[in-house]
Amino acid sequence: MRALTWHGKHDVRVDTVPDPKIINPRDAIIKITSTAICGSDLHLYDHTIPTLKAGDVLGHEFMGEVVEVGPGNSRLKVGQRVVVPFVIACGQCFFCKQQQFSACDNSNPAETADMSEFLYGYPMTGAFGYSHLTGGYAGGQAEYVRVPFSDVGPIVIPDGIEDEKVLFLSDILPTGWMAAENCDIKPTDTVAVWGAGPVGLFAVQSALALGAHRVISIDHYPHRLDLAKALGAEVINFEEVDVREALVEMTGGIGPDACIDAVGMESHGVSADAVMDKVKAAVKLVTDRTHGLRQVIIACRKGGKLSIPGVYGGVTDKFPIGALMEKGLSVKSGQTHVQKYMPQLLQMILEGKLDTTFLISHRLSLEEAPTGYKMFKEQQNEVTKVVLKPHGETRH
Amino acid sequence: MSDPIAHTAHDDAPLSAAKHPARPEGEPNQAPGDVLVGRSVTIDRPREELYAFWRDFTNLPRFMENVRHVAIKDGTHSHWVVEGPAGKTVEWDSAITADEPGRLIAWRSLDGASVRNSGQVEFLDSPDDRGTVVRVTLTYDPPAGGVGQLIAKLFQREPKVQARQDLRRFKQLMETGEVATAQPPYAAPRA
Repeated sequence: MRALTWHGKHDVRVDTVPDPKIINPRDAIIKITSTAICGSDLHLYDHTIPTLKAGDVLGHEFMGEVVEVGPGNSRLKVGQRVVVPFVIACGQCFFCKQQQFSACDNSNPAETADMSEFLYGYPMTGAFGYSHLTGGYAGGQAEYVRVPFSDVGPIVIPDGIEDEKVLFLSDILPTGWMAAENCDIKPTDTVAVWGAGPVGLFAVQSALALGAHRVISIDHYPHRLDLAKALGAEVINFEEVDVREALVEMTGGIGPDACIDAVGMESHGVSADAVMDKVKAAVKLVTDRTHGLRQVIIACRKGGKLSIPGVYGGVTDKFPIGALMEKGLSVKSGQTHVQKYMPQLLQMILEGKLDTTFLISHRLSLEEAPTGYKMFKEQQNEVTKVVLKPHGETRH
Repeated sequence: MSDPIAHTAHDDAPLSAAKHPARPEGEPNQAPGDVLVGRSVTIDRPREELYAFWRDFTNLPRFMENVRHVAIKDGTHSHWVVEGPAGKTVEWDSAITADEPGRLIAWRSLDGASVRNSGQVEFLDSPDDRGTVVRVTLTYDPPAGGVGQLIAKLFQREPKVQARQDLRRFKQLMETGEVATAQPPYAAPRA
């Protein structure tokens, strides 16, 4: 089959690779009809996530048609259309039973789980197309994918619903939703969201849906800020104003009640600490550039709530621990428990309460995927989401 | 063998977590050169089921990566074929030294083993209904000198890694019915 493979920094190609097979009883093989390039794929493209190997198949936002089901899965049927969560979860361990699917104990193969145990203290879950830290599973920017524990993850989509309406259930919609839910929003709350990329925009949408009084979106790309505004947010362009001062004034001196960092480890910025981070990252002294997160912590009100859906992988320094402690902030974070949120979010989409199709700016074939990565990386104002169609346009 | 994971006088942590290879005093069965490995994992299955699966030693190669084959000789004796570095195999005979159904199995290599070793696996009810705490403790006496170097490498450097990964696979198999894999080419295609 054809698949998008990683070969090095800013070097992705479409190669012919072996077709996946059913290996374990609970596996399924999915023929991929739609798959997207995620902002976190750019961390792989930029090689800021370690443990990628040349030849790895990328992609963790995908959906398609079930073409083969292992003997241990009595739930899925050949021919069903499914969206697949990027987190691979067994459904039977201590964590999965509490719906903490992104903490699954059993989906990362025993050998690769060692790396995250050393880095983070405990072994992390498996995920599609996201380095060998998360298992080395082949991703879904391909014609076909093997889905382990397919009786737990994939959600069946009714006929008649277009791919593009439901594709983002695989990652970014639940991620934006969990980011907002982690803010424990009260009706009087002002929520500030750093980053108006896909997750930031969905966090804006989710925070409003969860009843936030006001949502303020912070970015520097005018088009992305326009999208946030169209969703109902007030906006701040960090290139033009001092973000903390703007937030203080916009909230009558109190500050935002909840702050969401939807930027993650490759934060932009021109302040001294941002430049220092960039230099250190270049010489491998630190892995994560966290200028944005520092600003989030400083801008959050006393006793406020901090939610971090943005991806970080390593360590940082100049972390404002004093502000965090003295102001008594509460922090929630983590990879998304996608399986937990999919059913309710699918229902909201079917009822017309959530529409995520506004985000899609480009539709490409799988063969054009390398161009898609380059565009998404270099033209962030206009390119908000690239969807790939590995088998051409399909109708339902 | 006395309990190698018994508490020290200083704190409540198991000996296998010690930073320094200090040996407990008055433990005649643990010689000064022994390597001690301990690892616990909680598995959300009843301890009777876990015990029964483990007690049938022919199941062990399903989750112990370097164990090629275990042949049962009689109720307490078995013959082990284990893969070492560079594809070399090591073999020995082993005897069960304690067997408490649903709770504990202990074993020890018989005289003549190239690497003297012993181990035990305990199955304990977890608090808060989390299943069973499975605790494995292994001791090895790595051979000194030239002949044993390659074997020593397996038993001196790797046992902790091996035990950790084997226990993860045991948990996967018992909780999910399968062992997670992303092995190319078919489980995870790659260029």
